[in-house]
Amino acid sequence: MSTEQQEAIRKTTAVLGGRHTSASVTDKIGSTVLVRPIKPGWLVGFGIGFLLTMVLLFAVTWLFIKGVGIWGINIPVAWGFAIINFVWWIGIGHAGTFISAFLLLMRQDWRTSINRFAEAMTLFAVACAGMMPLLHLGRPYYFYWLLPYPNTMAMWPQFRSPLVWDVFAVGTYATVSLVFWYMGLVPDLATFRDRARGRVARAVYGVFALGWRNSVRHWHRYRMAYLLLAGLATPLVISVHSVVGLDFASAILPGWHSTIFPPYFVGGAIFSGFAMVLTLAIPLRWAYRLQDMITLRHLDNCAKLMLVTGLIVAYGYVMETFMAWYSGNPYERYVVVNRALGVYAPFYWIMIVCNVLITQLLWFRRIRRSTIPLLIVSLLINVGMWMERFVIIVTSLQRDFLPSSWNVYAPTVWDWLIFTGSIGLFITLFYLFIRVLPAIAMFEMRELVHEADRTAPAPARVWAENHDA
Amino acid sequence: MPEERTSFGLMAEFESPEALLEAVRQTRAAGYRRFDAYTPFPDDELIEAMELGSTLIPPPVLLGGMLGGAGGFFMMWFANVVHYPLNVGGRPLNSWPAFVPITFELTVLLAALTAFGVMLVLNKLPMPYHPVFNVPDFERASADRFFLCIEASDAKFDLSATRAFLNTLHPRLVLEVPP
Amino acid sequence: MDNQGDKLWRTLEELVDSPEFRRGLEAEFAEQAGEWPDTIDRRRFLQLMGSSLALAGLYGCWRRPEQQVFPYVNPPELVVPGKPLTYATAMPFGGYGIGLLATSHEGRPTKLEGNPDHPASLGATNAIGQSSILMLYDPDRANATTHVGSVSSWGNLLNTLRPWRDHWRSRQGAGLHILTETVTSPCLADQLRRLREAFPMARWHVFDPISRDSVRQGTRLAFGEPANVIWRFDRAKRIVVLDCDFLFTEPGSLRYARDFADQRRVSIGRHEMNRLYVAEPSPTLTGATADHRLAVRAEDIAEVARFLARCVGMEMTGASPRLDAAQIRWCQAAADDLKAHRGSGLVLAGIGQPPEVHALVHRLNVVLGNDANVEFTEPVEVLPADGNTGIVPLVEAMQTGQVEGLFILGGNPAYTTSADLNFADALVTLSKARSTDGSFKNLTVHLSQYYNETSFRCQWHVPQSHCLESWSDIRAFDGTVSLVQPLIAPLHQSKQDTEVIEALLGELDLDAYQILRRFWTEQIGNQDFERFWRTTLEKGIIEDSAYSPHRFETQSASVETGPATTADRIGGNETFEIVFKPDYCVWDGTYANIGWQQELPRPLTKITWDNAALISPEDAERLDLTTGEIVELAYRGGSVRAPIYVMPGQARGSITVHLGYGRTHAGATGTGVGFNAYALRTSDAPWFGQGLRITKTGRRHRFAVTSAHHTMVSRGFNGRAEQDVVTEAAGTSSHGHDNRRLIRTGTLEQFRKDPAAFKHEEKLLSLYPPFEYDHNRWAMSIDLNTCIGCGACVAACQAENNIPVVGREQVLMSREMQWIRIDHYFQGPPENPRVYHQPVPCMHCENAPCEVVCPVNATVHDSEGINNMVYNRCVGTRYCSNNCPYKVRRFNFLQYSDNVHPTIQMQKNPNVTVRSRGVMEKCTYCIQRIAKARIEAEKENRPIGDGEVVTACQQVCPAQAIVFGNLNDPGSRVSQLKQSPLDYGILTELTTKPRTTYLAKLWNPNPALVDHAHTGPAA
Repeated sequence: MSTEQQEAIRKTTAVLGGRHTSASVTDKIGSTVLVRPIKPGWLVGFGIGFLLTMVLLFAVTWLFIKGVGIWGINIPVAWGFAIINFVWWIGIGHAGTFISAFLLLMRQDWRTSINRFAEAMTLFAVACAGMMPLLHLGRPYYFYWLLPYPNTMAMWPQFRSPLVWDVFAVGTYATVSLVFWYMGLVPDLATFRDRARGRVARAVYGVFALGWRNSVRHWHRYRMAYLLLAGLATPLVISVHSVVGLDFASAILPGWHSTIFPPYFVGGAIFSGFAMVLTLAIPLRWAYRLQDMITLRHLDNCAKLMLVTGLIVAYGYVMETFMAWYSGNPYERYVVVNRALGVYAPFYWIMIVCNVLITQLLWFRRIRRSTIPLLIVSLLINVGMWMERFVIIVTSLQRDFLPSSWNVYAPTVWDWLIFTGSIGLFITLFYLFIRVLPAIAMFEMRELVHEADRTAPAPARVWAENHDA
Repeated sequence: MPEERTSFGLMAEFESPEALLEAVRQTRAAGYRRFDAYTPFPDDELIEAMELGSTLIPPPVLLGGMLGGAGGFFMMWFANVVHYPLNVGGRPLNSWPAFVPITFELTVLLAALTAFGVMLVLNKLPMPYHPVFNVPDFERASADRFFLCIEASDAKFDLSATRAFLNTLHPRLVLEVPP
Repeated sequence: MDNQGDKLWRTLEELVDSPEFRRGLEAEFAEQAGEWPDTIDRRRFLQLMGSSLALAGLYGCWRRPEQQVFPYVNPPELVVPGKPLTYATAMPFGGYGIGLLATSHEGRPTKLEGNPDHPASLGATNAIGQSSILMLYDPDRANATTHVGSVSSWGNLLNTLRPWRDHWRSRQGAGLHILTETVTSPCLADQLRRLREAFPMARWHVFDPISRDSVRQGTRLAFGEPANVIWRFDRAKRIVVLDCDFLFTEPGSLRYARDFADQRRVSIGRHEMNRLYVAEPSPTLTGATADHRLAVRAEDIAEVARFLARCVGMEMTGASPRLDAAQIRWCQAAADDLKAHRGSGLVLAGIGQPPEVHALVHRLNVVLGNDANVEFTEPVEVLPADGNTGIVPLVEAMQTGQVEGLFILGGNPAYTTSADLNFADALVTLSKARSTDGSFKNLTVHLSQYYNETSFRCQWHVPQSHCLESWSDIRAFDGTVSLVQPLIAPLHQSKQDTEVIEALLGELDLDAYQILRRFWTEQIGNQDFERFWRTTLEKGIIEDSAYSPHRFETQSASVETGPATTADRIGGNETFEIVFKPDYCVWDGTYANIGWQQELPRPLTKITWDNAALISPEDAERLDLTTGEIVELAYRGGSVRAPIYVMPGQARGSITVHLGYGRTHAGATGTGVGFNAYALRTSDAPWFGQGLRITKTGRRHRFAVTSAHHTMVSRGFNGRAEQDVVTEAAGTSSHGHDNRRLIRTGTLEQFRKDPAAFKHEEKLLSLYPPFEYDHNRWAMSIDLNTCIGCGACVAACQAENNIPVVGREQVLMSREMQWIRIDHYFQGPPENPRVYHQPVPCMHCENAPCEVVCPVNATVHDSEGINNMVYNRCVGTRYCSNNCPYKVRRFNFLQYSDNVHPTIQMQKNPNVTVRSRGVMEKCTYCIQRIAKARIEAEKENRPIGDGEVVTACQQVCPAQAIVFGNLNDPGSRVSQLKQSPLDYGILTELTTKPRTTYLAKLWNPNPALVDHAHTGPAA
């Protein structure tokens, strides 16, 4: 057959291995939820997550009883783990929307098999993130004062405050992501409705399927709406972390007051997001034998994106340092020196190693296509990005303008419990998700099979696969 | 006043999307208009073949977005300039640059919600009951089977004639859809 | 009674031996005596101001004294709820009177301010004066007369007293001993005279751990009779201070501070400054303001004095001075300066120096013709007639069994007496001794506000009334008499010293009020006594009661023979000199249980909740000691473990320790704070001595410092940024004009030559049109040149604005709450740096960065440009604090304000919100006072006049360094000060437009030492 035909084959096949048909993908994905019994492996993972979630509840209860004073925060370092975790989680969320929306617009067919759980990851990450600013309030029971609502005192939020921008940005982001995710789920819920065994399951899935009947007339509008949502979600995902960046950039604090923050934060967000996608995808494809749907090509592409965004982040670091010197502002200069040599130097250097040095490994195809090293790199990048937020927030606050108010910040056990607890919540939600919902978009996979069939019959695909290094 | 119908229409089941596509083309050629196809995944060729025209979704989405943006900015301007003017850090009452982010977010929010909402409304979802579900084997429409249903409400619909016509399209089988 | 007696004696048998048993003893008395320590750690921050709930609910109501008291200006008929009344009264400080105006809300005294008419106050108080109101409400105060630790009553004591009185009558009072602190009360003096008439053989002893004996003996040496010394800083142009912290330890320190500051204040019209030379072992407030400071061991002060004398041409015998080149240079320069300013100079020595030095100093002043600047009056202290009256003869008497009855009126001798006296043990022996029939052999009675270290060693303890509960009188440093009138009836069943003595005399039905009136009726005579009484109470002082100064014929006593110096001058090598100093916050330990004082950062070290052993950087480097290292201090048999603090400017070979810590029975707040320096003190050399040995323990201690300012002199990259803090005026600046510097400074000469050089005009660009403030524009100006860094403003702010105490642990976490802080910056060599004090309240920026980032409009500007904090709108995001470049915002991380103890709540200012947990707070420019003035002004339909609004910090400042007012009134003082070329704001390059600005610090160095003056005075 012609070379361009072969290329076409390789392109599609690399994202879909094996002799898959509409039926087989549906069976395979559906059965992980509907047929496959709960395995001990799942129970262990879920158990750990649940335990940590209980830790979170415990820590939060004590927090509400005693107040934020149980944390290590002080004056001048009035923001601590809560805000670090917030930025970290919200950043992780970004990859999901990026994959499902941006790559859709880019017509990247390889997004298909990873967008569903990536979006789920987004939602859970946003949930963990959204919780943090509320816990961090001195009087959390008044959180709703940040929302505009009619009241006899004519009191409004202070719309110039980046924190209010945050409320709107994160709120919008959570809502749109949820809608986007649910909309993608509707046809698959219909599939589950039609395939589920138990009456209860049928009923529940049926309710959420909204009576979807795969009508072409419906598909027609569905496609359009989905496309529009993608078009809206893409600038949204950019704006959200830009606003988070503005939380810091619009302050006058040396180390925060920097115009590069919004783009640099977005880059970092997607960077950490893809790291988390891989952290989830690699075990997932192993546990549920999904290697033929989440293929090496997916990992490869994610890794490439990680490399790109990683370079953006590195550029951010370089620019911060350069501008500190170039601006001639003694405070800015001092912040840079203090980050590299001060009390928190270890955090800074861990950040550099994880986010800048380790990332360079991704230049090698070998690394990008071997799961274990890739998993390790991803985990390290997750750590590195958390460190980045720590460095940005704590070192800048710790030593600002007046030497007389300089001080250090040391997290307490409660800081750590709430942080680990939030990870537990994330794990719990994700384990529940893969047990009750299709972790891969079935109807899109069917579409993919259809595309593949059109370019080449199954035997040819097998041939192509064997020749696909 | 149309007479009471005994059936919703006739449902033909096909093995492959190609077969369905061919069937749809011929059905239109045969002059049927009130019919629908059911496939496990969206298929552009099929959509073209059915000549469904515009989805009517974009204009309301644009409208929603504009409403969100304008409404958002107005809220902030009203709160700061009219309703409760305050000297905040010596900034002007109408510090519009600071109002941009929220304006943008609200634009996106309302646009997105409109897109989803309009889609549901036009598709008449959620729909608790629909006759096609009475067809045995129809649940495979969500997996690997392809269906064509000519509805009884079609002017050209005639139970026996339409059944005969459908059989010419080499379906796996043709079934009557009870109302 | 008896079985309780048995119970006590069983325990006391062992008490003498084991110190830890003393704690057991407290536990035994716990029910009645109220003991704390176990519970402190657990519930500390809620308990800071005490743990006893005994008072719950009792004292919320109006407690008007039974007797008639007279308000300062407005007659009492005008008592309107919500309208505070002000009464003139006085408080004792080290026994000397400081005039007060006490504000009372519905009968609750809430705030103390200085009485402008009082010579020792002139409207100011020190930090302790501000905090003493908290002592009144301290829940840990003894609240009932106790006998051997069990609740008893005043009546029971009187019954016990009756047989003793007859006994002493029969024996002319032999065996009756009375121990008081420094006493200046004329009324009490009269009573003691009566007592001596009734009991001629009775003995009265005076002991004060911080006494002025050396001063009186100095005059005795110089002029043959003890005298009271008053310095006239308002006249002196050149001042040489020999180890005297006249800005704090002197009874007239507030007056001195004012006079001194007035001579340094450089305003538009006035370009004159006095010049201050200070030689001292350890940096003090006085030393920090010196143009030329000489770090010299306390012992060598005598050498400096003698060398000065030599330089001014006095005949000196004795060895040639043992001073190094720098010291000699300093002395010569100072001496030349003094000679050049004959008649307008002043030399003075401190209480810590031996009488010989004082004598020499008096002689120096005479020789230099500075007589006019030193005034001598008869001693204001009431001194016992007979000679041997100190604590030493008392202890001897106790040990030789001559003491039958000991009445300790006030004070805490068991804690404050020098270790070598063993007074505490002698007291226990005295108390426990019993005769054959099993009854008590002796009678020991202690009168004090707290059940303290002395109380539980006495048989009887009687609660003492706080000065705001008392009727008495007291003399100021210059002899001026104030009548002390109560603002509130005693909260507890407390008595005054006058009442105890009256009881001794058998006059049981007289209370303090009658005693006081009886005495003054005798003085004034019955005719127009009532008028005298009323006017005196209203005004707060008795007119013309100050002693008139009188000249002394300087008999050429043998002053030349200087003080005998210790034979071995090993200095730094293995033994050190130890110097004892009264503490800036707890004085001699009296104020140890006052949270405000414990949490007030000690000047120059910024330590809270602790004392330390101050060591010079060189010695620390040589011994490889760092701040926080715990060492064993061994000195003349005594030894304590103390944490080291490396003090820039500390003299080599000299270790300074502050008294008043390591209390075992102070109360929930003060017990166990710091180490007890009295354990090292000896009665023969109470202020300094040689032979201190230091041994490392390897353990470390964390100081709760409110500012890491000591890194100012540290090296490394920290140092870099810190060196940038100070900017010198044109010419001397190594950085040229840089408005980024926080401290702007220069010399008087530079200012005279080119005042404009101090002004840094900066063009601030802004996209925004400025807001118009057409009504009032409140602003503050702080004069770094006159600020002495005493911290009174911090305490005053805490008292005025209901600022909570957070406790050591929270300060360690950097969560202190004081709204105004005093930043210290050091400049120059660590051996002897220059010190800059910079009080930092809220800057009330016109473009406030904090407001823009608040998501809920909880901090916004008002129409007069004040950066308001709306507590009940605050949700506690703390973004405002992050975005405040001055970091003046404070956050209630936990429930800090005491909502448990009713008496503490009685002190709260009703016009200021008590903040709850999770809320941000900060300086409001005392907006409640602005509101008060506005209401008054609107009632009279006139604008608010200049000086009508006085913030708490401004009001209390002894140096009047803080000025507050309306910028829209061109005539206001603050407007004029902001016109001064010395005016500058900090971090203005951020376009914050601060309303609080500073006046640059000026030095007046001696040209002869000027090359040193640049790097640091007499380095």
